[in-house]
Amino acid sequence: MIPEIGVFSLVLALLVAVVQGSLPLAGAHWGVAGWIRLARPAAFGQFIFAAIALACLAWSFLDNDFSVLYVASNSHADLPAAYRFAAVWGGHEGSMLLWLCLLSAWTVAVALFSRQLPEAYVARVLAVMGWLSVGFLLFLLFLSNPFTRLMPPALQGRDLNPLLQDPGMVVHPPVLYMGYVGFSVAFAFAIAALLSGELNAAWARWSRPWTVAAWVFLTLGILMGSAWAYYVLGWGGWWFWDPVENASFMPWLVGTALIHSLAVTEQRGAFRSWTVLLAICTFSLSLLGTFLVRSGVLTSVHAFAVDPGRGLFILAFMVAVVGGSLLLFGWRAPRIGLGGRFGLLSRESLLLSNNVVLTVAAMSVLIGTLYPLALDVLSGQKISVGPPYFEAVFVPIMVPAIFLMGVGPIARWKHAPLPELARRLRWALAASCVAALLLPFTLPAGQRGWPAMSTFALLLAAWAVASAVAHAWQRLRGAPGGWLERARRQPSGWYGMLFAHAGIGVFIFGATMANSFESRQELRLNLGEQVALAGFEFRFEGIAPASGPNYDAQRATVQVTRHGQAVATLHPEKRVYRAQQMPLSQAAIDVGLTRDLFVALGEPAGDAAWTMRLHVKPFMAWIWAGCLLMAFGGLLAATDRRYRLGMAARKTRAIGATAALRPQEGA
Amino acid sequence: MSRWACLILLWASMHGANAAGTIEDREARLSASLRCMVCQNQTLAESDAPLAADMRQQIREQLGQGRSEQQIRDYFEERYGAFVRYDPPFMPSTWLLWLGPFVLLAAGFAALWRVVSRHGRSQPAPLTPAERERADALLKGDAP
Amino acid sequence: MRFKLPFAIFIVLAILLAVGLRRDPKLLPSALIDKPAPAIDLPLLHDPQQRLKVEGLRGQVWLLNVWASWCAPCRDELPVLMELAGKDGVVLYGLNYKDKSDAARTWLQRWGNPYRGSAVDSDGRVGIDYGVYGVPETFVIDGTGRIRYKHAGPISADIWRERLLPVVRSLQ
Repeated sequence: MIPEIGVFSLVLALLVAVVQGSLPLAGAHWGVAGWIRLARPAAFGQFIFAAIALACLAWSFLDNDFSVLYVASNSHADLPAAYRFAAVWGGHEGSMLLWLCLLSAWTVAVALFSRQLPEAYVARVLAVMGWLSVGFLLFLLFLSNPFTRLMPPALQGRDLNPLLQDPGMVVHPPVLYMGYVGFSVAFAFAIAALLSGELNAAWARWSRPWTVAAWVFLTLGILMGSAWAYYVLGWGGWWFWDPVENASFMPWLVGTALIHSLAVTEQRGAFRSWTVLLAICTFSLSLLGTFLVRSGVLTSVHAFAVDPGRGLFILAFMVAVVGGSLLLFGWRAPRIGLGGRFGLLSRESLLLSNNVVLTVAAMSVLIGTLYPLALDVLSGQKISVGPPYFEAVFVPIMVPAIFLMGVGPIARWKHAPLPELARRLRWALAASCVAALLLPFTLPAGQRGWPAMSTFALLLAAWAVASAVAHAWQRLRGAPGGWLERARRQPSGWYGMLFAHAGIGVFIFGATMANSFESRQELRLNLGEQVALAGFEFRFEGIAPASGPNYDAQRATVQVTRHGQAVATLHPEKRVYRAQQMPLSQAAIDVGLTRDLFVALGEPAGDAAWTMRLHVKPFMAWIWAGCLLMAFGGLLAATDRRYRLGMAARKTRAIGATAALRPQEGA
Repeated sequence: MSRWACLILLWASMHGANAAGTIEDREARLSASLRCMVCQNQTLAESDAPLAADMRQQIREQLGQGRSEQQIRDYFEERYGAFVRYDPPFMPSTWLLWLGPFVLLAAGFAALWRVVSRHGRSQPAPLTPAERERADALLKGDAP
Repeated sequence: MRFKLPFAIFIVLAILLAVGLRRDPKLLPSALIDKPAPAIDLPLLHDPQQRLKVEGLRGQVWLLNVWASWCAPCRDELPVLMELAGKDGVVLYGLNYKDKSDAARTWLQRWGNPYRGSAVDSDGRVGIDYGVYGVPETFVIDGTGRIRYKHAGPISADIWRERLLPVVRSLQ
């Protein structure tokens, strides 16, 4: 009964979405106020029906209804309740339903928080999002129905993939999808602007908080995915340049470019058509990611059940959405005009250089991910493109972006003389060089080194932080009122930028230290035996059977000491999940401020001996800290009061007004 | 004098990039750069598959026999094709792959340079009297 | 004009992806086609005193079939192998891959033995030399000792007739 309600709810959502997509759009075009006003209620209606469908699926999981095929394939009666709930998005069909629900949630958010925007414009935005929902609903109802019945019902489910039975699993997909889907808002804003023929600086101002919010979610989503891989896969790696990971990284890169481009367009009215193109491309990359993950075109551990038929639908949907929007862009964009002028060296040109680098970086990831496919199609040759390629190509390309990141905020709008930039940044540059040489001293004596690549990376990391500090210092110093007074007057977006840029530096520092100065040992340890690694002693103290709700395990005890002092007691496990008889090595990790200790069990090797992998990773946690700082910075930027205050008063007068009235406050 | 040179060289070699390392390090490096043939995009190092274990065993033995990393990679590439390497070979059919992004970067900056310098040189149309009046009013703070 | 460029690029990409949907990324061609077949020199399953050597089979076209008793699809292709070895008179040798000899002999006894002989590759080294990544696989080797064709996966009657048999006939 409940699953049928779910299907029915989706059908209703589809009908509402069709209305939401068509009437408000026609109404905005022909000025029919009644139709325009339908947009917001339709958005609410669609959200309610989508939420009901999700609730029905969740109920089926929590109730162990194994007459539903999807539930039987992804759940098990012994599965703990939290994981039964998370299993809703553990497979393809459920995750598509989650995607749709989040899309309708973002639509409702736009409907709620856009009172200050012109009605016709909001109608168009909601209509575009409505059409996106229509596409996904059709996909769900006809090709990926999560409510398909299984007759006769299974007696027991096949259990959720053990790799997915982890707290990270509960949160990672929803947060990630919030990011993917959130960029549809920027997309809809851009399309609505193209459709209405009015593309002005105000569009950028409206679009910016939504775009930054989506970016924050995507940053957190990628962070969670990486952290989850690190903690669960028992391998110690956190980024593999796997096609599915790349599928999330590409929208992030272009989304970052978009945020910066929106700043130029908002402040100076420049490069509007480029910003619109970026908005279209970011969401297109989200859709491309969906395609890559679910079509079987590429091989990946993360890929869902492979089905070329589904792939064909998503591709057709992409051609309609992306192709249509790019066609619209090609038609309408030439009329837009270029906006405010600026010099060859100015904040605008630096921000646009950032755009060039980020876009090319995203393209390099795209090229690397799709090249095996292209080569196979064109010549039948099979190659693999993996981390060696991406590290050799992506990293060098990003170097200019990191460097420019420090220069941009210091530069003036319109014209930034080089001598002034050099003067303002010389201390930051000097401090970065010194820091790069000194930072390896934070490592224990035996582990230090100054390999060229790592030292350069540390230089960039220090530069990111030092230039942010220099900028803050110069902004807050001098002028009337103390620095505290000036600090209070800065918009939260400015603080957001500082945190985000510094966060990148912290991230690069953590990644460089953890990758370049990692110590590892893979060896066979007898019971009671001890081995030294990077100044720590690891002692294999015991192994005992253990069990969980749906698994049996061998649980080892490894005592870690340093100079005789106890540091941590680690319990790596080798689990076998009963339902699928799948073995899983559960690593034990001790997270510290300056290092992570990582122990994973291998295989039993004779009586009372096991092979194990031991890693000491310096500053590993700083990778997560850097990403969190970035996300926090984005949060500050998205909630900037300037987007909320006085909107009602400024409404239509803001349109087309010269935004250059207060040039030095831009952030 | 030469004693100092020796000490400096010793210090430098201890702190320099660890190119060689132990057999375990080299095996780890090799097996992380080769692909498991039967898995869904996993390195030899990560994979639990029996074939991967066999290949890792081969690597260990060949390293023990003194073969270089490049020789071992060639060994696997002869038998399994370029697919087994995670770094694609540099050949005419992959020039676009390896060089494309850098060419794009240069082209992107060139395009940016051109657009910005051309855009910067263009003059805006002078204000009409009505626009000038409106601008004055805005700057003085009166509501338009 | 340059505003239409993104659309054009996207269409090319879409066509690439559409064609790519029909390909199977897991299908891997052999790297050893037209190269000399690697040496085998392993004892035979039923007669460990004798060894299978590639050089000894010069001058004739023969098939090397990689199989194991633990491999389910090998069971499926066995009738086809029996037929091609018997009726069509194709020279067929087996490579018993990572198997226990007792289990292998029992398996052949139970289900049938199409091979003139099966070499025992218990640790899989020769398999690696041949670029084997799954079981079963079949190699067509010509009179000069070069590998001319490889088929991964079980051989059905259709696959034999349409793909392998023409290759074998053209070489003979």
